Amino acid sequence: MNYQERFPVEAGDFASAGEVSATIKQKLKKIGVAQALVRRVAIVSYEAELNMIIHSLGGEMVLELSPREIRIICDDVGPGIPDISLAMQEGYSTAPESIRMMGFGAGMGLPNISKNVDDLKIKSDPSGTRMEMVFFIA
Amino acid sequence: MASVKDFCEKAELKQLTNLEETAEITDGYICDLLSWVMARGTEGMAWITVQTHLNVLAVACLHDFSCVVIPENIQVPEETVKKAQEEGIPLYSSPKTAYVLGGILHELGVGS
Repeated sequence: MNYQERFPVEAGDFASAGEVSATIKQKLKKIGVAQALVRRVAIVSYEAELNMIIHSLGGEMVLELSPREIRIICDDVGPGIPDISLAMQEGYSTAPESIRMMGFGAGMGLPNISKNVDDLKIKSDPSGTRMEMVFFIA
Repeated sequence: MASVKDFCEKAELKQLTNLEETAEITDGYICDLLSWVMARGTEGMAWITVQTHLNVLAVACLHDFSCVVIPENIQVPEETVKKAQEEGIPLYSSPKTAYVLGGILHELGVGS
């Protein structure tokens, strides 16, 4: 790993939701990562960031860069994902009605992530969730 | 290809921000589910949505949309307008429905 940057994510902070993803996107654009890959990383980091804001009690996102890959790690504090395979299904959501009214909680977060990463690892228990998302640089 | 200015003039949109309208519109999209737009949006799209909160701008920025249009005279919070201005995404309001606005985009040859 050649570069690492950490970003705190606060639970329920909709006002700044997407800012970490925007920062990551700008950074990747600046260093010349291909546009199609930047788009995939932006989609994944946005969904992961929103998941932490909506569902967790807060945590952090870490961006790691090396010549071969881009890695985003999300570590949050509880309550965890009770059933990961259900959460991976498009349309399944545990988001409350108030969140859905804002256009979130369509049950597309994890499916969107899964479709756009080259490798995904999720570990979750009631104390928190850790997601590692990897993109290979061709 | 139509520019944001062409769309603004033909649809009589009211710009809430104070930004240049030179960007080309590559395609149009009408949707209020943010994840859906995030999954399918592409650079240069004109996005029509009834959502008016700040996160609309986060999605629009991540995809480098050409503009965002709020239909049916829905009141847009001041903080959303301010964010659009900061991010350089022209934000518009219109009394027309999303359906009619989409039709105008189509007439302009966008997405066809």
